[in-house]
Amino acid sequence: MIETKNLKKHFQIGRNQTLHAVDGISISIAENEILGLVGESGSGKSTFGKTLIGLHERTAGDAFFNGLPLPQKYTAKDHLRYSADIQMIFQDPYASLNPRMTVLDIIGEGLALKGIPRADIQEEVGFWLRRVGLHPDHMSRFPHEFSGGQRQRIGIARAMIIKPKFVVCDEPISALDVSVQAQVVNLLEDLKASLGLTLLFIAHDLSMVRYISDRMAVMYLGTLVESGPSDAVFFEPKHPYTRLLIQSNPEADPVLERTRPSAALTGEITSPINMGPGCRFADRCPEALSHCKSVTPEPRLIASDHLVACHLYDEA
Amino acid sequence: MGTHRLLEVSNLSVEFETYGGVVQAVRGVDFSVDAGEVLAIVGESGCGKSVTVQSIMGIIPMPPGKITGGSAKLKGSEILGLDAEAANQFRGKEIGMIFQDPMTSLNPTMTIGAQIAETLKVHRGLSTKQASEIASELLIRTRIPEAQKRLNQYPFEFSGGMLQRAMIAQSLACSPSLLIADEPTTALDVTIQAQILDLLKELQSRDGMAIILITHDLAVVARTAHNVCVMYAGQIVEQGSVDDIFYKSAHPYTLGLKLAMPSNVSQQNKKLEPIPGSPPDLFSPPSGCGYAARCPHAMRICHKENPPLFSDPSQPFHAARCWLQAPGAPKTQGLYQHNLIASHGQ
Repeated sequence: MIETKNLKKHFQIGRNQTLHAVDGISISIAENEILGLVGESGSGKSTFGKTLIGLHERTAGDAFFNGLPLPQKYTAKDHLRYSADIQMIFQDPYASLNPRMTVLDIIGEGLALKGIPRADIQEEVGFWLRRVGLHPDHMSRFPHEFSGGQRQRIGIARAMIIKPKFVVCDEPISALDVSVQAQVVNLLEDLKASLGLTLLFIAHDLSMVRYISDRMAVMYLGTLVESGPSDAVFFEPKHPYTRLLIQSNPEADPVLERTRPSAALTGEITSPINMGPGCRFADRCPEALSHCKSVTPEPRLIASDHLVACHLYDEA
Repeated sequence: MGTHRLLEVSNLSVEFETYGGVVQAVRGVDFSVDAGEVLAIVGESGCGKSVTVQSIMGIIPMPPGKITGGSAKLKGSEILGLDAEAANQFRGKEIGMIFQDPMTSLNPTMTIGAQIAETLKVHRGLSTKQASEIASELLIRTRIPEAQKRLNQYPFEFSGGMLQRAMIAQSLACSPSLLIADEPTTALDVTIQAQILDLLKELQSRDGMAIILITHDLAVVARTAHNVCVMYAGQIVEQGSVDDIFYKSAHPYTLGLKLAMPSNVSQQNKKLEPIPGSPPDLFSPPSGCGYAARCPHAMRICHKENPPLFSDPSQPFHAARCWLQAPGAPKTQGLYQHNLIASHGQ
């Protein structure tokens, strides 16, 4: 349903400096599938999500929705046209709702743009408030009257009321408490099942991504290092970076944690400024080969639907 | 546990006077920390975990804040309600503190070196030259590469992980016996989080420093802590060793938190069980148990009367504030219930 080919987003940050935020991402998401996209801050995962749906202009590459190419640069008309099918849920439930609009206006804005009469909008907003676990009486209130979890539900209702086919969720639960995270994740799963949604779920919480996603993709400095079925990537990670990332992820299990070796990954992620060829992880990789720094590894299929971009898996 | 009691907090209560009324943020909290112990205080936003340690440190703004009762004894001497000068004698010197957001906790107009040196000059009366030498040693101890060069840099030149290391270095300047870490890794990526937690564990095991770790993340608790206090609605609802809390959860809230989190221990996916509803309004806390409205096992008494902390006399360290631990309470699946029950606390 969604496909990108070699999608790139570069930011010019100085006369001779280019930030390669997203550098050649090719992925596909099947209908009614949840693809989890993980990576550290600065890996380019949010930029990828925003570029995919036209909030950033693409530098290069192609993106397709249901086989049809998406425009490289969205005009106001494009945004209106595609927003009927493609929606986004944002990370910060405080910053992403206009504090001067009522809940009715926030959730109903998409319908109002379609020219639907106000009485119908009210009814529909009431339905959606109930659907996400709020009360229809809440529609005359303002965002500041709600808790973080409630606001995130308002954000979800705003995205879902349009009946989109594809939704990008950019860190939808990072700002929420544990007990509320579960509420929101379960709601997204219900909606996926009942509406046949396709989701791109961007997050840094590996356990939650593994829980909710059918497939999982791992980004490092603008490139995709590994992708595949969630359990395969999580329990049998192949790329050295994925392995170290998953080793760093603590579990709520003290006995297991006592046997865990100390921090797996030393050093920190750098900035992808003026990147040359070679694997981006080569400098920190404990298993780097001599040519890793000079030759860019191509994604290679190592099991059914499991792609790894690493020279360790090159055929001899 | 250890023999050397470092900090003893009893019956601490804190209120805030706000526009909307008086918030009872902390409602009678007791805990203690021994030398070399890592104690985690875990709970969700608004449960009072940060206010608890901030009032011990004397850094809540008063007014609107007000410590309405209780005591906190550091090595036997009272530290609540000291004036600013007396408080500065132990702050930074005996108890170091690090915060969630190092970017806003450090001064953006001073170099990292100058900020660490300032602590040394104020508390230990060192000269600028001596202080900067020790500052550089501290950066090396917290594993900041190129320490000498880093001393002369400003906070904006540091990454989030490096800033947190710099803040730990600063808090170690006077070799405190207790470090309070308020959500030290919440803003960091898992790989950096693992590095910082390792550093904290190293300080504890090598230097015998005690640590109070404030966090909302049970996985961080499992990785780092010896003992745990679970807070809810301004009270400690369960306390015990880390194994007690995770494997013998005795309060429905502790159990609820565990069931709301995904687990990768087995490959099977259990459905997440969210905790319905939201925490009570601390403007007028309920007369019964604070968790009763959300508790799947709530009984009639739970809504009427707040339970005391119950514990087994044979393992008095593990206690839960729940009527299900009272003698003759109905058995509940998944919940650890003691055989012999006695109450302690108030």
